[in-house]
Order: sequence, then C-alpha cells, then structure tokens
Amino acid sequence: MSGTTMNPTSPLIEVEHLAVRFTTPNGGVVEAVRDVSFTLHKGKTLGIVGESGSGKSQTALAMMGLLPPNGAVSGVARYDGRDLLGMKHAELNRIRGDRVAMIFQDPMTALNPFLTIERQMTEVLQLHRKISRKQAFEQAVAMCEAVRIADARRRIKMYPHEFSGGMLQRVMIAMALLCEPDVLIADEPTTALDVTVQAQIIELLRDLQSDLGTAIILITHDMGVVASLCDDVMVMYGGRTMEYGTAEQIFSQPTHPYTIGLLDALPHLDDDGDVPLRAIAGNPPSAGGAVHGCAFAPRCAMAEEQCASVRPELLAFTDTDGGQRQRACHLPIAELRPGVRVGGAV
Amino acid sequence: MFAYTLRRLLFAVPTILAVVTICYVMVHMTPGGPFDLERKLPPAVLANLQAKYHLNESPLQQYFYYLGRLLHGDLGASFKYSDWTVNELVAKALPVSLAVGGLSVPISMVIGIAMGSVAAVRRNSAIDYLVSALGNIGNAVPSFVLGPVLILVFALVLQDRHGIGLLPAGGWGDWRFRVLPIALLTIINVATISRVMRGSLLEVLSSSFIRTARAKGLPERTVIMRHAMRPALMPVLSLFTSIALSSITAAIVTETVFALPGLGQLIVNGAINRDYTLVLGLVVLVTAIAVLFNLIVDLLYAVVDPRIRY
Amino acid sequence: MTLSTIETQTGDAVAVSASAHIDPFGDSPARHAWRRFAQNRAALVSCVILGLIILACFVGPWLLPYGFDDTDWLSISLPPSLANMHWFGTDELGRDLLVRTLIGGRISLEVGLLGTTLTVAIGVAWGATAGYAGGKIDAAMMRIVDMMYAIPYMLIAILMMTLFGRAFYLVVLTISLFSWIDMARVVRGQTLTLKKREFIDAARATGVPAARIVMQHIVPNLLGVVIIYTTVTVPGIILTESVLSFLGLGVQEPMTSWGVLIADGTSKMEVRPWLLAFPGLFLIATLYCTNYIGDALRDAFDPKVQ
Repeated sequence: MSGTTMNPTSPLIEVEHLAVRFTTPNGGVVEAVRDVSFTLHKGKTLGIVGESGSGKSQTALAMMGLLPPNGAVSGVARYDGRDLLGMKHAELNRIRGDRVAMIFQDPMTALNPFLTIERQMTEVLQLHRKISRKQAFEQAVAMCEAVRIADARRRIKMYPHEFSGGMLQRVMIAMALLCEPDVLIADEPTTALDVTVQAQIIELLRDLQSDLGTAIILITHDMGVVASLCDDVMVMYGGRTMEYGTAEQIFSQPTHPYTIGLLDALPHLDDDGDVPLRAIAGNPPSAGGAVHGCAFAPRCAMAEEQCASVRPELLAFTDTDGGQRQRACHLPIAELRPGVRVGGAV
Repeated sequence: MFAYTLRRLLFAVPTILAVVTICYVMVHMTPGGPFDLERKLPPAVLANLQAKYHLNESPLQQYFYYLGRLLHGDLGASFKYSDWTVNELVAKALPVSLAVGGLSVPISMVIGIAMGSVAAVRRNSAIDYLVSALGNIGNAVPSFVLGPVLILVFALVLQDRHGIGLLPAGGWGDWRFRVLPIALLTIINVATISRVMRGSLLEVLSSSFIRTARAKGLPERTVIMRHAMRPALMPVLSLFTSIALSSITAAIVTETVFALPGLGQLIVNGAINRDYTLVLGLVVLVTAIAVLFNLIVDLLYAVVDPRIRY
Repeated sequence: MTLSTIETQTGDAVAVSASAHIDPFGDSPARHAWRRFAQNRAALVSCVILGLIILACFVGPWLLPYGFDDTDWLSISLPPSLANMHWFGTDELGRDLLVRTLIGGRISLEVGLLGTTLTVAIGVAWGATAGYAGGKIDAAMMRIVDMMYAIPYMLIAILMMTLFGRAFYLVVLTISLFSWIDMARVVRGQTLTLKKREFIDAARATGVPAARIVMQHIVPNLLGVVIIYTTVTVPGIILTESVLSFLGLGVQEPMTSWGVLIADGTSKMEVRPWLLAFPGLFLIATLYCTNYIGDALRDAFDPKVQ
C-alpha cells in the first residue's frame, strides 16, 4: 500500500483500518486508535512516531492480542497473509514469540522478578522449538553473548533485579530474537533508559537486524531514534496517521504541521545557547474524547477554519522526487513553512 | 540466606524474652497474686513457696531462676490444680487443639487459594460472587455467632428419629466431634484467604511481566501457573502469619463454643479461676510458638521471593 | 499490594497520597472524596442503619418502660411479642431483652469509641514521630512495632484481665494496647511520603522547629489515612470486646454487652433462640455497616483513581 520503498515481494505485515477502543468502568468509551493502516516488508524498519496518547503503543498491543479485557479491536492486521485479529488463541500463540516478537518499554518491570533470566529465555525455545532444556540453555547463552552481555553463561542464571536497566533491555531483545522471528515490535525500547545506553541499544538493534534480517516496527516519540534506524516512518496523532512515508522523505520534506513541529523541537548542536527550545504549544488530546475536524487543529499554528470542523482524509500523493507518500492535512504543501532544518541542512 | 536467618533469629529471641519478662513482672507485681507475701498463708505453704520459688532472694534472682526453669521447658505449676504442672496440663490439651486448629489451617489455605485463583481467572462467574459473599460474611459474622448457628443447624435442627443430631453439639470423642469446629475455623479463614488471593492474582495478571509472558506465545495455563502464581502468593503468605495468630483467638472461641478440652479452654478457665501461673505458663508457651512461627514464615518468604535474600 | 514494595519488617505500608495543595477551583481532595463516598449506595445505607442503631442504643432505653436489670418473675422466658412491650422477649430472669440489647449496645459502642480514640491518639503520635524523626529513632520505634506484631494479643489481653480485674476502663485499655500498631505503621508510611514533599523542606528552611512541623504540617495531611484506618479499627475493637465478653472475660456484671448477651443466648439457643438472635443481629449489623463504610471511605480516598 505504501509502495514507498518499491519492494516487489508481498508485505510481511499488513494493517488496514485498525481501531482500538476501551470501555471504562462507568460505561464510557475511549478511542485510543481510530484508523491506522501500514505495511511492513521483510528486513525493513518502520518507525511509528507520536506523543503519549497518540495510540502508537495500543496499535502494537492490539496486533499482538495483548489488549486488556476491556479493549476491543476492529480492522485487519495480517502477518504473512493471515489475520492476527481473528485468530484462535492457540494459533496466535504459535506466532507470538516465534514469528512475531515484541519488546516493551520498561525492562525492569517487563521481566518476571521471580524467575531467572535463564528460565524466562529457555521457556521460549522449549515451547516453540521443542528442544531440551540443555539445548535451550546453550542457545540462550549464545544469544546473550550476541547482545553483548559479558559473562553470559554465569549471569543468565541470575534474577532480573540483579541487572541494570540497559542490560535488562538487552536481555529482552535477546529473548525476543531467540526464535529468529520475522518481525520484532519494539515499543519504546529506549525511553526508560539513560541517554548513553539508548545509543547502544539502537546500535545493537541495527546490528542484529543486519545479521538476522528481522523486520522491525519501532515505536517511539523520539525523532532522533527514528532517524538512526528507520526506513519508513508513520507519524501518529490522536489515534490517526498524520503522515506516512520513507524516513528520507519525512525528514527532508515534512508535509504535515505536526511533523514539522516535531522536527523543529529537536535541539541542534549549532544552536546558540540562548535560542529557546521550540516546543509545540498545547497538550495532546485526552484519548477518546470526541474529536471534530483535525485532531491537531487546536495546536496547529497554521490551522484554518475548515480544520476545526472537517477531518482531513489520509491521501496518497507523489512528492517532488517522485516518491509515493501519504498525508492527512487540508493545507496545500506549498503553504507550509518552507526550509525546515534537519541536521544543519537548510 | 544464612545471614538473613541469623538476623531474623536474633530478632525473634528478644521478642520472646520481652514478652516473658513483661508477663512475669505483671504476675509477680500484682497485689493479691500468688506471690504476694502480704497474704496470710499457713506456714507450711509459705515454706513450700519459699523453697520452690526462692522467694527469699532478690526479685532479680527469682527472675533468673524462672528463666532457667523455662529454658528447661518447665512452664511452672498450676496455682489452682496444685497437683498438676502446666506441662502436664498442656500435654493433655495440646493434641486436641492440634487436631482441630492445626488441621484447619492447611485445609483453609488450600481451599482458599484454590477458590481465590478460580475467582480471579473467571471473573464474574458463580465462584467469583461466592468468594465476595463469603468474604463479607467472614468479616462481619463473628466466629462466636457463626459457631452456634452451625450447631443449631447441624446438631439441633437436623436430627434423626431418635433426636440425635447429625453432628455432636460439643464435647470430644471420635472424628464426628471434629467436623463442626474444623468447619467453623475453615469458613472463617477461607473467607479472608480467598479474597486476598483473588485480589492479588488479579493485580498480578495485569502487570507488565505477564504481558511479556503472553507476548512470548505461552499458553494461558502456563502463564498463570509458572509466572503468575508465585508473585500472587506473596500476600497470601504474609496472611499466613496473621491467620495463624488470629487462629489462636479463633481456637479459643471455637473450643469454648464446642466445649473442646484444648489449650484455649485451658487458658480461659485458668483466667476465670484466676490461676495466674497457669495462664502465665500458657501465654509464654503460645507466644513463643507464635514468634517462632512468624520467623519461619519470614524465612519462607525469602525462599519464595528471590529479591529478599541479602 | 505493589510488588515493588516488599518490606516485611520495617513495614513501608502502602501510602495514600493526600495532596496538600489547594486547587484554586475549589475541588479540594476532601470534597472530592466526599462526592465519591456519597456515590456508594451501600455505604450510605450503612450510615443510616448505623445511625439508627447508635440512636436506639443511647436514646432508646430512656423511652422503654423496663430497666435492663429489672427482673420480672411473672414474665420469665417469654418469646418476642408485640403485646406487652417485650418486643425482643425476655430471658430466664424475666429481664427484657430489647432493653438489654440496647444497653449492651451502649457498652459495646462506647468501648469501640473510646478504644478507637486511644488507638488513633497513640498510633498517630507514634507513627508520625517515627516517620518524621527517621534514622535510628525510627528504626527503634518500628522494631518495637514489629515485635508487638508477632505477639498474640488475645493471650496478653486474657492475662491482663485475669490479673487486673475487669473494670470498664481496663477493658478499653487492654483492647487498645495492640490495636494502635497498625495505625502507627500506616501513619509512619504516610509521614515518610509527606516528608519528601517540598513544603516540608520550605518549613524546615525557614527554621520552624520539628515539633511544630509535625503538628501543623504533617498531622493535618494524615487525615485521609487516619480516617480510613479508623473505620477499619472500630469494628475490630468492637469485635475484640465482644470476644472477651463472650469468653466471660469482658465487662463485669451488672454491666452487659453484646458479647455477654450472645454467650448467654448460645447456651439457651435450642429452646430460646431469640436470646441469641437479637444481640447477634445487632452485632452483625454494626460490623457489616462499619465495614461497608470503611470500604467506601477507602475507595473515596484511593489515590490510584484520583
């Protein structure tokens, strides 16, 4: 559907018009995701970008069938042609952890404090590969070494609370890649970590991707991370897609006020010390409130009258370099503020 | 682990010592108590008391003699039943209390944990409502009301042709005499245990690491048994101590209601008869057991939760 | 229970966060909590029922023709009837059960009230001091609390009743002796949380003495937690008194309480079940109501939902 990177093989993941809604205890309904569509091809990386509350995490959780009991999902999410959303539990469990794996934001809470790392890793292999405990142990150790955990053979027998945040995230990555899945969904893998560790994790993901050929869906609010790793980018706001294209297209020629704002907000090394940070004014919409018109309109500096009442459709278009992209905005591209600085280039 | 055990032990000992000392002081300081020498006593009795309890010596010396006797397992002599020592009375009463109270604790734990787990996994099912209702009853209906009601139903109302109840109304004998007391204790304990287990398991099931376990493709059964149960059992484990402690109270009430010749009856009768030394001996004994039990549970905690050992 | 706060010994109980700032739009935490409480129907009904019980116990006896001690040999062991104002029946000495139930209720409720007051006073003082002082003082004070936790209080209570007699105030004292430790733990936890708030630092920086900080800044913010645990304490104390009285170790004749009446009723329940039923119902109703109110208050003050 995106045709952005012009890959002739069929997509690994196809999501069409995904929507997620939650029912609150007093009967209300919260729409966390309203309408999201994207594709992912083998070996590629898709970055899903947005602020908290944009629905990006819920999109991934819905795909994996990990929503809480009060969540309901509609739409289609296909892996290898099969719709994950309609699947029977047993069938979904064969795919989860084996063909499609997921890692989560806070590694300190995402691992079971009562079980050793070894147990939590070997159980994946024993489940999906039907091998013995001993064989699983060896493979787990090998994977831990691959994610650069020193002294892996000894440390694997320890408990999560004996590791630092950065090391735990490596463990999570190792655990997710044990079965060499086709797709890895990484939900804000660096958000809970120190800045220095963030860079290491991103680099690790890149190396592993090139070694194993895994396709990655990277969910983040950090445009810098997206720039380092992603082939395609989907910008989300208020549960919808605002802009969708290749990383190069989005970064060099953003065509949505929100994207422009996100890129603008990145501090640059050659800024003067007294240049104020350019934050996007206002707050993200509380999830699920009724939205009229464009969700971003209240905070958009270039909003026009129709933006508050008519929701812009996500439309495909061809940009100046001939590439296919999508945007959801009423404003013609030409009227957007020109000359966005990215990494010093004008 | 060893250091942890040692540390907890060093904590338990002063506790027991403190209780023993305070109780001892209370008994010996009370005017009109057994050791009040102001009373008019026949000289033979006085001589006996003095010899046995070293009353001629300083209070501190007497105290140490007492501690010495305790360490030898001598809990003292009954004041009212002057031919009996506390140890002998305990030996007679302990088996009864163990048969009832001792048995009901594991039974309640098993039933309570099972019920609570099922209630958590199958929300809004019949078991879920049963657990909530039972919890309410157990909380608000005291044991000494529920007990008589059980007797009313099973011993007095449900009678056969000869006017003999389905189960005995009280007293001690074969297995039939244990059913109602154990049932009473079990109902009360299950009410609390199942509610706590349900709440705890529900909370664990919504935590992040359970989500990770599901994301790995583990079947729900494995997720619950291998990943969720151990963290969920932690609050129930700490409940174990408080249940054991409240079982002491419950046991006292139960034995009174059902007229069982156990330790509870012994204490209550001793209190009513103002048999100070008996009550003192029993209090010391049960407190020591309770504190040690507390210690064992704490150690168990450390075994189950890997984050605690240090 | 949160998995990240496993502290069995030095008892970092789950702390309720009461916000200290005043919202300029007047939605103070107290008003917020009150609104939430008022939405809980079970709690409101419980308040009404409890109110009626309290009213009946304290005012009722004045309105009834019989004294709780009046023996009437012509009316022994009557079942309940509307005829002769013996609505609850009489016992084997001809004493009216209704009046005895209400008078007994007075005693039970008074013990509950006084015991709770004592519990709150000691618990708050202990917990706030330990929490605010911190360091060795805190450790020592909480050690004592931990030690007391391991002691089966009923036994000590029985011992004390044996030794010191069964005067009313002694009963209250004995019961309160152990019930303050839960309050102290919770108050300490809350104090620790409050201590880290900026306004405490501000007070300290301007040289306010520690005692005044505790009294003026910390104690008012403990209100939420204290209220919650008070509602948990009250039924516990009433229950403890009832158990002691049931065992024959509580209040002395001629005073009576629900526990005494229930003990009486139990021995005669086969032939005169009303002697057990009425005091039993009153006790159960009181405990149920205080439990519901306590639950509702806890929900109303729950920080997770705010």
